[in-house]
Amino acid sequence: MLESDNNLHKHSFDIEGGNFTNAGTVSTRIKSILKEIGLPDTVVRRSAIVCYEAEINIVSYAKKGVISLTVTPETVEIEAIDEGQGIPNIELAMQPGYSTANQQIREMGFGAGMGLHNINTYADIFDITSEVNKGTHLKMIIKKH
Amino acid sequence: MDIETIVNQLNLKVRSGKDRLNNNVTGGYTGDLLSDVMANSSAGDVWITRQIHQNIVAVATLKEHAAIILVSSCEPAKETLERAAQENMPIMVSDLPAFELTGKIFNLLAAEK
Repeated sequence: MLESDNNLHKHSFDIEGGNFTNAGTVSTRIKSILKEIGLPDTVVRRSAIVCYEAEINIVSYAKKGVISLTVTPETVEIEAIDEGQGIPNIELAMQPGYSTANQQIREMGFGAGMGLHNINTYADIFDITSEVNKGTHLKMIIKKH
Repeated sequence: MDIETIVNQLNLKVRSGKDRLNNNVTGGYTGDLLSDVMANSSAGDVWITRQIHQNIVAVATLKEHAAIILVSSCEPAKETLERAAQENMPIMVSDLPAFELTGKIFNLLAAEK
């Protein structure tokens, strides 16, 4: 048990909706943590991509949210839980290119409708649940091996 | 090929990361949609874009790009330069449009192989 406790890393970060100035800083931080742990480059890169997309979604569409990182002996788990508008039709939102982003978000190069699709591609396991006008919960798991 | 070679060959203006011009360039990616760049670019790429806001530094850092090159004489925003200095990410500016710059860099990299 002790050994597995030593292998366990847990971190949690608050994200402010609408704050594009800091968008991406949590993902950058999480990437450094995973690098410091000494995980393989591919695991670090895939974790960084899914984390970044989840972070940008919170900034773009939610009032606020939390991203938490748990590193177990076998996996990297990233959870993104937000309070926001939620997603009425998840199947549609997962389609590449489908987006409800406003013009301001699009002009910055976000809102291409690729975020959830990218997460689905780069995570080994991806669970998404959402409730309209409440918020969205993403759970993304990347296997270390 | 290092960044400095590309800078000299194509007369790029260096706006940040002057001490990182020895970064090795292994490829390139052209795009203004950040999710597309996140999904499809590779570590070691030069990223060619006309987006000038600070979020490009986060994307380039996360993807471990060798450098960012802004096209059509687009200058990086002040916040972008501050972020680039923190992350030590080279940013250059070209007066060429994306199509022409991409072609020239593609040819430089192809000639090396």
